[in-house]
Amino acid sequence: MEIQETEDIVTEDTDETDKISGRESKTAIQTKKLSVYFNDRPAIEDISLKIKRNTVTAIIGPSGCGKSTFLRSLNLMHDMTPKARVYGEILIQNEDITEFNAVDVRKKVGMVFQKPNPFPTMTIYENAVSGLKLNGKTKKSELDEIAEKNLKYAGLWEEVKDRLKTPAMSLSGGQQQRLCIARTIAVRPDIILMDEPTSALDPISTSKIEELIYNFKNHYTIVIVTHNMQQAARISDLTAFFYLGKLIEYSKTRRMFTNPKEKLTEAYVTGKFG
Amino acid sequence: MKQNTLKLSKPVNLTRRKVTNSVMISLCVIAGVITILPLLYIFFYTTKSGISSLNPDFFTQLPKPVGETGGGMANAITGSLILIGIGGLIGIPVGVLSGIYISEYSGNITSTVVKFITDILSGVPSIVIGIFAYGIIVLPMQRFSALAGGFALGILMIPTVTKVTEEMLRLIPQSLREASLALGVSRWKTTLRIVLTTASSGIVTGILLATARAAGETAPLLFTSFGNSFWQTNIDEPMAALPLQIFAYAISPYEDWHRQAWAGAFVLIFLVFTVNLLVRYVTRKKY
Ligand SMILES: Nc1ncnc2c1ncn2[C@@H]1O[C@H](COP(=O)(O)OP(=O)(O)OP(=O)(O)O)[C@@H](O)[C@H]1O
Ligand SMILES: [Mg+2]
Repeated sequence: MEIQETEDIVTEDTDETDKISGRESKTAIQTKKLSVYFNDRPAIEDISLKIKRNTVTAIIGPSGCGKSTFLRSLNLMHDMTPKARVYGEILIQNEDITEFNAVDVRKKVGMVFQKPNPFPTMTIYENAVSGLKLNGKTKKSELDEIAEKNLKYAGLWEEVKDRLKTPAMSLSGGQQQRLCIARTIAVRPDIILMDEPTSALDPISTSKIEELIYNFKNHYTIVIVTHNMQQAARISDLTAFFYLGKLIEYSKTRRMFTNPKEKLTEAYVTGKFG
Repeated sequence: MKQNTLKLSKPVNLTRRKVTNSVMISLCVIAGVITILPLLYIFFYTTKSGISSLNPDFFTQLPKPVGETGGGMANAITGSLILIGIGGLIGIPVGVLSGIYISEYSGNITSTVVKFITDILSGVPSIVIGIFAYGIIVLPMQRFSALAGGFALGILMIPTVTKVTEEMLRLIPQSLREASLALGVSRWKTTLRIVLTTASSGIVTGILLATARAAGETAPLLFTSFGNSFWQTNIDEPMAALPLQIFAYAISPYEDWHRQAWAGAFVLIFLVFTVNLLVRYVTRKKY
């Protein structure tokens, strides 16, 4: 697919606190003073940022700075951790999702994990439609169609179309990850969260997935955590730099890597620490 | 240029290492043999002593009155199956559900208490569980019954099934639960359709072991199911069971009954053994 100039869909850095309602529609997710505590110890504190619709937003920062914690708060995954406390607001379409049923939120906010995690007891086909099947959709003709469409979309169809009934675990790591992506988009989310989706993969699988992410922009809003600076630079429109649980800088990726505002950001993106 | 050379020094105590190694291996082999010897011995001895009474009659006839030879344990075999059925109906669902509760909903007081109690329950002698069933079912009903026996076996199975379910569920990586939840699947469906399904072969094996154990239990049946020389399939009445019958025949003074007791033991072992193999075959790793 052709690489498009992304500049025009990225709003200015200064509008992070913009309250003009006309701009709201461009915002996919907005967090307001979002803090997460584990056992009363803060993992992230007062994160306020707006994530633009149909863009790829990268979250970077040294290990333990709270990138995963932030990402997992966006699909209410911390609900599962009894010792986690979430404060602040997370707005999607102007509604605070923390007040919603997590199950409904997660249908709109999908997630791809660091380690490929297809369901081990299911076949490739079953994995591809697992989200629908588990939620009660069982019409075979529809499922067949959805499986094919999403496997194609995840760039896996050609490799698996003759072995759909074989166990998902028989795929390579990179194929498994693309299967997980197919599984995620099959439930038709608006937003896809990715936590280091390529860090367990080889360079070729990585570039395939990066290409997918790049192309997905037209349909989804993507938030991706990555340790790989080049990856962030290659695929993201905006980048947020986290450090010790705080949002240090949030701006256009190009700017972040060429002319960061903060000394800390500069030190990090130039590899002085991490 | 000076090359870095990798110099391997011969360890001085190489012989000692080799000796230690082979001693350890031998000990493991011996321990392995000690583990399987009793089973083989039991198997051969029961077969040898019981095979002469193993005939179609044994499976189809009722016990003969004292003095007459022949007859069989049809009632005890059926009784055991019924008792195990009742026990399973109680022990398996309760055990699996509390295992799920302890593993998936841990971190609160109730679940910790349930876990603690289960551990205690697994240490309670089976005869005490028999007395318990006597107290809460036999006494109020004013008669021995298969229901009370099955209940006792069920209680006996609970801690084993709970434990194995909990352990198998804990082996399932958190990432699998999250994968399902992230698809907008509710928590109970995730537990049922993903977590439990993935752990099923381990859980089934555990249930099987618990059932096999229960099938051989005599003590909890003594004052519950009690035993019966006649054909009885009404769970409201005292019912024969293989271990009870074996016990009664083994302590009797009659040679013929001794042989039948051996045959009964053989059938019991054989049942447990076949069920084991069968389930292992059914739940074998498909992937
Ligand atoms: N389940 C948890 N229980 C307790 N503390 C946690 C938990 N998850 C995260 N933390 C803590 O929160 C902080 C942030 O962790 P997080 O996983 O978000 O970091 P990260 O930026 O994703 O790091 P990495 O790059 O290594 O993945 C860490 O100090 C971590 O110890
Ligand atoms: Mg992380």
